[in-house]
Amino acid sequence: MPVDLSLVGREFPAPAPLTITPERVGAFAAAVGHPGTGVPPTFPIVLAFDAMMAFLDAEEIDLHRIVHGEQRFAYARPLAVGDELTATLTVTGLRQIGGADIIATASEITDATGAVVCTGKATLVHGGAS
Amino acid sequence: MSSTFTAGDVLEPKTFTITRADLVAYAGASGDQNPIHQDEEVARSVGLPGVIAHGMYTLALVGRAVAEWTDGAEVVDLGAKFTSPVVVPAEGGAEVVVAGTVKSVADGLATLALEVTCDGTKVLGMPRAVVKDAGA
Repeated sequence: MPVDLSLVGREFPAPAPLTITPERVGAFAAAVGHPGTGVPPTFPIVLAFDAMMAFLDAEEIDLHRIVHGEQRFAYARPLAVGDELTATLTVTGLRQIGGADIIATASEITDATGAVVCTGKATLVHGGAS
Repeated sequence: MSSTFTAGDVLEPKTFTITRADLVAYAGASGDQNPIHQDEEVARSVGLPGVIAHGMYTLALVGRAVAEWTDGAEVVDLGAKFTSPVVVPAEGGAEVVVAGTVKSVADGLATLALEVTCDGTKVLGMPRAVVKDAGA
């Protein structure tokens, strides 16, 4: 089922803020072997993923039919333990290629003061055999 | 801190092994429980050759290589296209090699040119990392 073209421009906030705790960072860093005690640069995907799930749930899209096509992050500052982050995903583009939907999204991740900490751009490929 | 980069510097390639257990740990830590990263049957049902690593796992390995190369320099930009899946077998693991050079240094930022391969195949398209050059 193709994704509805009217989605472009719609916003999907992550359902809840995420506070970066030493435990969350430790588990993430351990899983990917990241050195040191800093927050790995891909950690904001945790929140961007929550926002993406809000989008998929709202549109009744199955996660297992989604493949991540591209992800880019630009950081205004390093992430730090104690940051309370909020994310909002915006659908920025939609096109169909060979029966698959190519969904372009942008996520803005802000801290408790409202300052943008990082922005993400992702392409999600929705399709595949049933 | 040896964080001053020179354009053309070749960075020592890093080889990382991804196992199914790593993907399970990453799914828990990241919240991405997409079964295509854990369940062979589901992965094949959507046309994949088998269980594949999260694209973000591979990108996290790039972040890890950058941190190791730069002694934890501040990253200002990181991203890639996930152009070819990293298939992770049930036994053993997939070996991912992250190679890089310093492409340019300007305005206190170093841009790294990267090549990320698994079994000799490029798995990331247009991978890009930009870090602050502390020595600038």
